Amino acid sequence: METLSKPTYMKRNRDGSILIKARSKQQLVMRATIGSLIILSLIGFLLFDYTGLDLASAITETAYNLKVMFVEPALNHFSLGEAFYQVGITLGLAVLSTVIGAVIALFLSLMAATNLSNAWVSKTVRIVVAFIRAVPTVLWVLIFAIAAGLGSEAAVLGMLFHSIAYLVKAFSEAFEEIDKGIIEALQSTGSNWWHIVTHGVLPSTFTYLLSWTFLRFEINFSVAVAMGAAAGAGGIGFELFMASGFYFDLSEVGFITYAILLIAIILEVLSTQLKNRYFPASVRSES
Amino acid sequence: MNEKVMQKRKWQATLFFILIIAVTYLSAFITNFNLMEGLTAFPQAIGWIFANLLITQESLEKLPTILEKLTETIFMSIAATTTAAVVSLFLGIMGSKTTSINGVLSVAARFIASVSRNIPVVAWALILLLSFGQNSVTGYLALFVGTVGFLTRAFIESIDEASHSSVEALTATGATYVHIVNKAVIPQSLPQIISWILFMIETNIRSATLVGILTGTGIGYTFDMYYKSMNYNAVALVTFSIVIAVIVIELLSNYIRKVIL
Repeated sequence: METLSKPTYMKRNRDGSILIKARSKQQLVMRATIGSLIILSLIGFLLFDYTGLDLASAITETAYNLKVMFVEPALNHFSLGEAFYQVGITLGLAVLSTVIGAVIALFLSLMAATNLSNAWVSKTVRIVVAFIRAVPTVLWVLIFAIAAGLGSEAAVLGMLFHSIAYLVKAFSEAFEEIDKGIIEALQSTGSNWWHIVTHGVLPSTFTYLLSWTFLRFEINFSVAVAMGAAAGAGGIGFELFMASGFYFDLSEVGFITYAILLIAIILEVLSTQLKNRYFPASVRSES
Repeated sequence: MNEKVMQKRKWQATLFFILIIAVTYLSAFITNFNLMEGLTAFPQAIGWIFANLLITQESLEKLPTILEKLTETIFMSIAATTTAAVVSLFLGIMGSKTTSINGVLSVAARFIASVSRNIPVVAWALILLLSFGQNSVTGYLALFVGTVGFLTRAFIESIDEASHSSVEALTATGATYVHIVNKAVIPQSLPQIISWILFMIETNIRSATLVGILTGTGIGYTFDMYYKSMNYNAVALVTFSIVIAVIVIELLSNYIRKVIL
């Protein structure tokens, strides 16, 4: 009968009615986030620079352009063989930046993983990586293009930065998740740090590392297309830029778009299969 | 695991590494990439960066214009992400197995998402540039299309992951489709959805720079202008202001994520 004499506490509105929804901090923050995003977007639309925009004609024109692109794809300024070669260059840039990036990221992530390295080394690596990630890839490529001279070296160096930053984060998280027992067991046998890494850490995380690297390859392909278009790194992206910006040849733009779409879809299907096989949990990709 | 399996695994690993090395060599050959040149170029490049990319008093005078362009870019990416999120939420609900109305709509939603995601944002920017011209709307639309593709896939996954038991419970009470989506599916996947939206805003600010270079708007254009006129001090200032903006937004969204997830 205790409960009757001491009524249970209930959250009430100011007018005394019982609150149906609990006002938790979580919900408050979610509402605030959604609200501020909507307000910021509205301000954004007001701030836009609308110079020279005629919406009605632009939409009909784009519809017509898209129709020409996707219905009548053709090659006019270069041959099919050349197209294959350009796609090869783009894929090549993606392969190089992924492979070299993975090798460098492997060493850096060993330094960044908190269970394999000391606190301040890991912190330094993390801060450097956060800084690198914040600079857009295209700025890295353009900066390297002046600093190291034009050519594939500048493109690969620029693309390397983001690949390394992305893979260091993924790899070090994989290393941190491994069973403590493995490291302890090896330590108790008197093995040094290097032995622990090569015989304990790497074998148990190898499939993870490979899947992450492949995911990064998928991202690097579209980054390589973008670098070709915006930073003149060559490859199919550059041809796309030429076809749309200089020749105004919509059929060619259509053909190139189809080629990019085809490869991107093949890579996506492969990486989805890898992902389902090795990690069902959420995997985030970024460019 | 016996000896034979170990042996076989060793072989597989060796073959795999040989394959990777071969592909890398082939890529280096096709792209004319010289590793030694790359290695020697790197320290030089870093030296060049520290010698030339310095923020001087003179470049600081340009800060107001740069900040104005930067806010324009940030607003553009937020607007593109938010509006894309609304469309993606609809497509996501259509595309997810838990909530799809019929097969045709579900396939259509997945198809739209796949095409808009797999054609790179650059390609969209170049295509739209032809008829929309050099203004913010071109960049906005390019980001919008790419974001719809990415977020739809993410939302489909988040909705699929959310537990089915509450959907089942509501179905049992005779709730309508709208009620189920409104009271069970969305509240359950909302934290994930917000987290994805925040992630996409960060990504879009970086992509907006790239799109800006092509479409001649926002901070990307400012960067390109100073870059082409070889005003490297201003280039450094633009880069730093982007870095600071991205890091601030990242910290803010990390805080939000910590509270809601």
